[in-house]
Amino acid sequence: MNGRPPAPPEVTPAAPGAVTGAVHSWDTSVGVDGPGTRFVVFLAGCPLRCRYCHSPDTWYGRSGRRRTVDEMVTLAGRYRRFIQVAGGGVTVSGGEPLLQPAFTGELLRRCHDLGLHTALDTSGFLGVRADDALLDATDLVLLDVKAGNPQTYRRVTGTGRLAPTLRFAQRLADRGTPIWIRYVLVPGLTDAVDEVERVADIAAGLATVQRVEVLPFHRLGAHKYAELGLTFPLADTEPPDADLLARVRGQFAARGLTVT
Amino acid sequence: MTATEPLAPWRGFHAGAWQETVDVADFVRHNHEPYTGDASFLAGPTPRTLAVWEGLREMFGEERRRGVYDVDAATPSTITSHAPGYIDRERELIVGLQTDAPLRRAIMPAGGLRMVETALRAYGREPDPRVHEIFTRYRRTHNDAVFDAYPANVLAARRSHVITGLPDAYGRGRIIGDYRRVALYGVDRLVEERRALKAALDDRRSTDDVIRDREELAEQIRALGELKEMAASYGFDISRPAATGAQAIQWLYFAYLAATKEQNGAAMSLGRTAGFVDAYLRRDIAEGRLDESGAQELIDDFVIKLRIIRFLRTPEYDQLFSGDPTWVTESLGGMGADGRPLVTRTAFRYLQTLYNLGPAPEPNLTVLWSPRLPEGFKRFCAQVSLDTSAIQYENDELIRPAYDDDTAIACCVSAMRVGRDMQFFGARANLAKALLYAINGGRDELTGAQVAPPAAPAGGETLDYDEVLAAYDRTLDWLAETYVDALNVIHHQHDRYAYERLEMALHDHPVRRFMATGIAGLSVAVDSLSAIRYGRVKVLRDDNGLAVDFAVEGEFPTYGNDDDRADEIAVWLVETFAEKLRRQRTYRDAELTMSVLTITSNVVYGKHTGNTPDGRRAGEPFAPGANPMNGRDTHGLVASALSVAKLPYDAARDGISLTGTVTPEGLGHTRDERIANLAGVLDGYADAGGFHLNVNVLDRATLLDAMAHPERYPQLTVRVSGYAVNFVRLTPEQQRDVVSRTFHGSL
Repeated sequence: MNGRPPAPPEVTPAAPGAVTGAVHSWDTSVGVDGPGTRFVVFLAGCPLRCRYCHSPDTWYGRSGRRRTVDEMVTLAGRYRRFIQVAGGGVTVSGGEPLLQPAFTGELLRRCHDLGLHTALDTSGFLGVRADDALLDATDLVLLDVKAGNPQTYRRVTGTGRLAPTLRFAQRLADRGTPIWIRYVLVPGLTDAVDEVERVADIAAGLATVQRVEVLPFHRLGAHKYAELGLTFPLADTEPPDADLLARVRGQFAARGLTVT
Repeated sequence: MTATEPLAPWRGFHAGAWQETVDVADFVRHNHEPYTGDASFLAGPTPRTLAVWEGLREMFGEERRRGVYDVDAATPSTITSHAPGYIDRERELIVGLQTDAPLRRAIMPAGGLRMVETALRAYGREPDPRVHEIFTRYRRTHNDAVFDAYPANVLAARRSHVITGLPDAYGRGRIIGDYRRVALYGVDRLVEERRALKAALDDRRSTDDVIRDREELAEQIRALGELKEMAASYGFDISRPAATGAQAIQWLYFAYLAATKEQNGAAMSLGRTAGFVDAYLRRDIAEGRLDESGAQELIDDFVIKLRIIRFLRTPEYDQLFSGDPTWVTESLGGMGADGRPLVTRTAFRYLQTLYNLGPAPEPNLTVLWSPRLPEGFKRFCAQVSLDTSAIQYENDELIRPAYDDDTAIACCVSAMRVGRDMQFFGARANLAKALLYAINGGRDELTGAQVAPPAAPAGGETLDYDEVLAAYDRTLDWLAETYVDALNVIHHQHDRYAYERLEMALHDHPVRRFMATGIAGLSVAVDSLSAIRYGRVKVLRDDNGLAVDFAVEGEFPTYGNDDDRADEIAVWLVETFAEKLRRQRTYRDAELTMSVLTITSNVVYGKHTGNTPDGRRAGEPFAPGANPMNGRDTHGLVASALSVAKLPYDAARDGISLTGTVTPEGLGHTRDERIANLAGVLDGYADAGGFHLNVNVLDRATLLDAMAHPERYPQLTVRVSGYAVNFVRLTPEQQRDVVSRTFHGSL
């Protein structure tokens, strides 16, 4: 016998009292979850039920696995060198990461301490749960504002209200935290000229907005609804065409915002 | 041109040892000027270039429909067998074709007559009776000679496809002549050098080795004479060195062309020519005899020639390797041993042909990547990948220390010092099937035939990891021995019956030889072992007790997710098999190397391999090269690439291939960001020790549309495994394989 594969690494049990969170999954991505190559942690659980949601599998905390911050930081650490060479960072996404503020805050802080650029991908609806320490460890907030009118916000999210997001955005601007505004463009739901105008006004009024990402609605998550036995509310909605996308991007650009 | 003094060929070049001895690498080191700027200086195609290319494009459509455009079935090809041929004599700047007309293929029966005749019949042509008589009655072929000498165990392993793709019926290829020598020194000087080398053998006793060396050198000298004669038929005297950029390209191309007239090698790679040619073009521009548009035009015309290199091969061969590849691989970029980048304007010009002439799989443009390359070049490469998916990347920071800074890639991932190393190409052994042999006591899972030595099959209802591992170890011992035995026979006979006279005339003597083995099915074998170790794998046996299927229970880690539990099995398997191979005695004491590369044969290997314990179904394609299994790498391109980067280059010096496909959206929102992000990923991968990365920037919808409407995508180019193919020339099965691969993108 000429040797055999090495034994698997020992798994250290979580220390008593270690901060744990419900983690849906993790991924490495490029250019879509903040700048550059990113280690992305998706947390499980979200209070909103957006009609266009492409990850209904992250709605419930129980669909995640309990993980310690240590475990996730160890994983992130594996990519530290790659991320530093390639340019990028760590993004905590979801689900809604602010549904688990202690875990999210600790994860962001530890990654930040490793010298990694950190991004928080949130709707802002639970922004009040983010304490200053959490935001101190956050280099960028990807803020999905969803709508400019309270009524539209409710129609899009089913359960949410716009005001908390606006308050959170203002707080970020006041404390100097960079923001990328995200706006999912859905024909027939979020594409009205007036709707976009309001969102553009909001974005333009925030001093720390660095860019606006207009994300065209897609149906790539439809199969997940089927797997979960749920109905995808926008199954028959077409993605926006190029003209509509250009119009909406133009509305943001007209405010002097950087739009992608 | 006015009738003045002939130009001194070496005027203005920096002096060096290259003047005293044949040493192009030394010339390049002395006469290289790094270019650190961006792509803004490049010129578009001239009307002349477009006219020449347009004429050919019409012929390509016809060729695609018929399989081959035309064949000369009656004239066995030699360097001087055919009269000069032209695409458009008035317009061409660089001349020379393999036969007397473009896309007219030649026959090369010395490699194997059966391959020639099968191919001819497949394309509706009758083999020539005289050729048949010569190559059956008077002249033996490599193919015949190999089968005379194969032992029974090799024949059995070959038949069962546990060893496949062996170059025993055609030219072995993967030998790169240093074609630059002809341009720098002229043929006469090279003949003189060969004569001196041969004379130096006169004092040695006439043992087998010495006799063989003398005969080979004599053959090399003869081939150089024929090269001169071929060039003369086009009106060029290449006995003297080239004196201008146009001449340098022409001389170099003649040398390469002669090689392709003599050998139907599996891969006929070009080497590392851009930096060399750059010294000439730079001098012409400085002397005012050329401008940028003129320089680009020369490169464009040269590349047009490289794009129409053709060999007559059987449909089965094309099924194995897809879409008629020739692997005219050119290595660009890289860093010099002195720390200066080996990036020149001409490296940009080669890449620019993908815009001026549109994307194409050949020549196989290969960037030797280092995080230390100039930003402008990195960005341009990334941009070309985004726009064309036609180039591949190999890690210069691994290659240069292992070889030197004048090293080129042959075929897909095989590094060799230009003119100093050659390799005996050895296809690959199927490690997934070997695992099934271990489970089945050496019997083939599809036929029941006893292929490996009889042993006790794995017993019990559930596979026992230790038992399987011990049996696998014994099976791999047998496989390594049988495999290298096959290669020794092949290359002994190839040297005797289909020797690469011209290519070897453009190598140092003595040359360093590699015996280049390879493995297929790595990810299937690794995931299967992981399933046995971490899950529960129940065996389903047929009436003869043969394990024909498996039921896996429980989760198990899979290779491709940067999970050490699976990845360390992969590292172990690569190192273990390489070590077993290295213990074998090789023909001509070649240094044994190994690759993890399948090209597109992953489809055929899969077809001939039964159900595997990882849950893969019988007949399903393997993942290509060192790729994780399609769809099992679920944590993004970076995690997937980092798993592959763990495979040690020292154990697989013939290269480790990874093909990554990303959607454009999966690299960022804007073009600028995508370029910067892709360059960043390449830096990170090189830094992590990854060897090779094929980059496809494509979405599935485009490929599906191209399957449905091939006529709309004549130039759609896709990297498959170490080279690129014209997507619409793949078989439907291969197209489905490409479409089913993991696309890393955003959701």
